Amino acid sequence: MIDFLLRELWCPELGFLRYALAVGIFAAPAVGIVGTMVVTRRISGLAGASAHAALGGIGLALYLQRVMLWSFFTPTVGAVIGATAAALAVGIISMNGREREDTVIGVVWALGMAVGLLFLDRTPGYVDWQGYLFGNILLLSKEELCLTVGLDLLLLIPLLLFYHPLLAVSFDGTFAELRRVPVRAVLLILLALTALTIVLLMKVVGIILVIALLTLPAATAGCFTRHLWSTMALASLLSFVFVSAGLLGSYCYRLPSGPAIVVLAGIVYLAALLRRRFRRRS
Amino acid sequence: MTTTGDAILEIRGLDFSYDAGGAAILSGVNLTLKAGESGCIVGPNGGGKSTLLKLILGMLEPTAGEILLFGVPPVRSRLRVGYMPQYHLLDPAFPITVMEVVLTGRLRGGFKLRYSRADREAAAAALDELGIADLARHSFAALSGGQRQRVLIARAIVCEPELLLLDEPTANIDPGAGERFYATLEELRRRMTVLTVSHDLGFVNREIDRVICVNRTVSIHHAADFNAETADEVYHHHVSLIRHDHTCFCHCGEHDHDRGEEKEPCRHD
Repeated sequence: MIDFLLRELWCPELGFLRYALAVGIFAAPAVGIVGTMVVTRRISGLAGASAHAALGGIGLALYLQRVMLWSFFTPTVGAVIGATAAALAVGIISMNGREREDTVIGVVWALGMAVGLLFLDRTPGYVDWQGYLFGNILLLSKEELCLTVGLDLLLLIPLLLFYHPLLAVSFDGTFAELRRVPVRAVLLILLALTALTIVLLMKVVGIILVIALLTLPAATAGCFTRHLWSTMALASLLSFVFVSAGLLGSYCYRLPSGPAIVVLAGIVYLAALLRRRFRRRS
Repeated sequence: MTTTGDAILEIRGLDFSYDAGGAAILSGVNLTLKAGESGCIVGPNGGGKSTLLKLILGMLEPTAGEILLFGVPPVRSRLRVGYMPQYHLLDPAFPITVMEVVLTGRLRGGFKLRYSRADREAAAAALDELGIADLARHSFAALSGGQRQRVLIARAIVCEPELLLLDEPTANIDPGAGERFYATLEELRRRMTVLTVSHDLGFVNREIDRVICVNRTVSIHHAADFNAETADEVYHHHVSLIRHDHTCFCHCGEHDHDRGEEKEPCRHD
């Protein structure tokens, strides 16, 4: 099987598979870092709302491109705008603490999706909306690869510079604020970076499954680690394994790639939970 | 540095409500705490204790009146304050070690590339003072409630604050650790001004100078008067009183004191 895969990977017609693997590999640090923040800060609901609101942006972008002929307004630009706006809106509303956070998340989640579907309905021509919902590795190109590497740098450099304040903010925001750490700014930057990561992952596993990739590697890593940095590192490694094994496996067995990746990650997470349960008992 | 006798905390004519024109959580609060004095904030749940604490820390803005901490608004003097929150407000599963928690108390502003040797030594000393030096490398998530609380006190004192704010420090002391814990607090009181929020009225008789009763308004008692007023039957043997209905147990005129027979003396320690 390995021979088969290696031969296939070098096959000139299968450029998409190489791109998919490369994006999966280079997305690992972003998944590890952002996923750990999503899990430890308990914002997977916000991440889900942001992913679904991205469809609103994608619908708007396709409509503007085809009806208004705004060619610069690509679906990626639309997705970034939709996902970022949703993440920041939910974040700011819950920081101010006036509204119930889970209600706001539910509203943004459904509204973003509905707006996207309305625009897609009014957009002339064929639109592969299933590709956005479930991921389509055929959508991946050199552009996505460059964006992924850029995102890694955008995450890693500030992480190395501001790790200690970030740890303080994540653990206890009130205390960090008393130590003059700009808590609101840190959290809002974090939300914006989460939205960017969501848009990238969306192309690999789709809107519906993106939360799985942001939570499963980090939650699995959390069963074995006791530092934030080691959780991030192990989550990155796990993401690399899940995405590459899932992609190659789905290619070999003619399965859809997004669900293959997520089911693999889910099985490993359940195994990690069982192992922890078993160890505690004994 | 402040010297004994300087006003550390001054609150004048403070009103607070969460919504403009909404129900007042606190009204007409006046309060002064001098350096070296120790105070204990008591009062019923929902009476405004936590709100007062947040106002003192500068996390909330007063609707009217002013708060001065070390002579300036709290936002500007925060670094001189040590704060211990109730541990159960923090995520119990967060991946962080005890040493890492305490080191966050050494942050000053949003940039810290790495902690210095002095930071690490201060953190180790704070853990030692709280009697938990051996836990430094443990995961915070694996500790008992009482241990977590001591880690959070170590974090609060690691920057040598001049004012220490403790939110319910006696709520979760491990059985048997009570006396040692009180001894540590008394030791801290020699070095810094300590303001405590507590439900545990027995706490009050332990070298507290001022009892601050909060129930929408604030009234301040000298601890000595508080003891005398609140009765012989309370302190004639070594008991600490915990009113399980959390009614404030003082003579500030705000609450119903005729329900004295409901008092439940609980053996402590």
